[in-house]
Amino acid sequence: MVKLWNDKLGTFDPVSSPDYLPRAQLQAIQIQRLRAVVRRAHENVEPYRRRMDERSVTPEDIRDLGDIEKLPFTVKTDLRDAYPFGLFAGPIGEVVRLHASSGTTGKPVVVAYTAEDIEVWSSVMARTFAACGCGRGDIIQNAYGYGLFTGGLGAHYGAEALGATVIPISGGNTDRQIMVMKDFGVTAISCTPSYFVHLVERASEIGVELKDLPIKAGVFGAEPWSEAMRKHIESAAGIKAYDIYGLSEIIGPGVASECSDQSGLHIFEDHFYPEIIDPETTQTLPDGTEGELVLTTLSKKAMPMIRYRTRDITSIVTEPCPCGRTVRKVRRIGRRTDDMIIIRGVNVFPSQIEEALLDVEGTLPHYQIILTRDKGLDKIEVRVEVTADVFSDEIRSMEDLRARLSQSVERTLNIRVDVRLVEPHTIERSMGKAKRIIDERVL
Amino acid sequence: MKINQLSVFLENKPGHLSETCRTLAKAGINIMTLSLADTEQFGIMRLIIRDWPRAKAALEEAGSVVRVTEVVAIEVEDRPGGLADILEAIESGGFNIEYMYAFTFGRKDKAILVFRFDDPDPVIKLLQDKGINVIDSVDLYEQAQ
Repeated sequence: MVKLWNDKLGTFDPVSSPDYLPRAQLQAIQIQRLRAVVRRAHENVEPYRRRMDERSVTPEDIRDLGDIEKLPFTVKTDLRDAYPFGLFAGPIGEVVRLHASSGTTGKPVVVAYTAEDIEVWSSVMARTFAACGCGRGDIIQNAYGYGLFTGGLGAHYGAEALGATVIPISGGNTDRQIMVMKDFGVTAISCTPSYFVHLVERASEIGVELKDLPIKAGVFGAEPWSEAMRKHIESAAGIKAYDIYGLSEIIGPGVASECSDQSGLHIFEDHFYPEIIDPETTQTLPDGTEGELVLTTLSKKAMPMIRYRTRDITSIVTEPCPCGRTVRKVRRIGRRTDDMIIIRGVNVFPSQIEEALLDVEGTLPHYQIILTRDKGLDKIEVRVEVTADVFSDEIRSMEDLRARLSQSVERTLNIRVDVRLVEPHTIERSMGKAKRIIDERVL
Repeated sequence: MKINQLSVFLENKPGHLSETCRTLAKAGINIMTLSLADTEQFGIMRLIIRDWPRAKAALEEAGSVVRVTEVVAIEVEDRPGGLADILEAIESGGFNIEYMYAFTFGRKDKAILVFRFDDPDPVIKLLQDKGINVIDSVDLYEQAQ
């Protein structure tokens, strides 16, 4: 352990040292890397060169960090259009790994890594685990899916780079997960928050209380989840639940992570340069203002991303963090521009509905939102599973529960909703990401 | 003097009731009596079962939410006014009945009814003081044979 002047907690893992750089030094690294990555993209990636040429921007025009605004944005469809290898910045001989997004609509997005990229990725994921209180000596159960999805291998390499013990269990087979967690004395788990909720529930069904086990931390990401869900997880499992952030287009998990303060996610700014823009006008917004997060990979070799529009809504935190890290934080990302549903002209995010449901005491967050259209009018139904905690033998109390749930959602959204209580285990469980919305509206 | 009752949450959809009954049948469990309360969306099935712990386990294993509540089984004269007498006795104590239903068996000239009270103990005392037969589980299970 090393002690630095601005390390307020006393000690930190050496892998985290870039998190504590003085701002001026960090910015010097950022500009140097930005210029290099723009040059590389311009030289080797046809779509980047064409767009920069159209704007008469050359790599030499990038002199300081503010000049990034001269560069064109990259959007998800650019990656799809370039399927599979069109945005690679080097020959395939340099690429040691390919991953691909799930691709729910159309072709997946393919991403590539050089050996150096894998090293960077491992280091930022190691910093992520360290920020979540893990280190050498921890036994980390990695229940993110291994495969084309970046979650599994990303977390795996990071945990190893940190010097922790990794259990590469991948997703699924919940009973075995619980057995391993108990028998191996697991101290931390990495998976999606919705899968963890499922795991806690199943553990309780088979008589295992996570509270009695050594597990102390959950490193949760790959889907938006609410503060209320965090409280639920922390009290049900007796752990600290940390939010981490990443996307495969940028690198996978490891773009940003919460620290012990749990008050926003530190972006690993020496590798990923953040901007916030107005999603309508694409104007850059000042720190503290909410808008769409735009990221530039400062050190990616195989597939640099210049000003990638993440569609995630957040803001940059201006206050310094009590943990002493100098890399800036963004607020927790509860919503994405493309998660937003418009119901009768009202913008609704699933996370708002989740918060409202959890406000009503005792309900587990197993819910699904079903949108239908009846005679041109949008209808919203929220299905909530009944659990032993809330079930009563009296119709009156069940009707009362239903009314409290609808009122809570209606207060939040200001539109009428139909809450339907359903039998347990009837809403599809997520081994990976939760499917919260079923939109059956036909225009 | 109280009897354990199981309640099961059911969605008001075709097949859900038979599925629950099939689960009990497969486990070789006989239902002594039951009642169904329902709304447009969902229903609650209440069951009196001799081996209720095993029934509960079987239902939970099948994924149902099950709740155990204590109910009171009262023997009523099988004649006009038999039930009215009992109800008046309960009302005289200022007690509220949450719900009630009947058994299909009973001694000759007697019927057995299940009552759910918010707090059963004072009601049991009141009824016994008035000489009304509150049946315990042993007696109930014997009568069911």
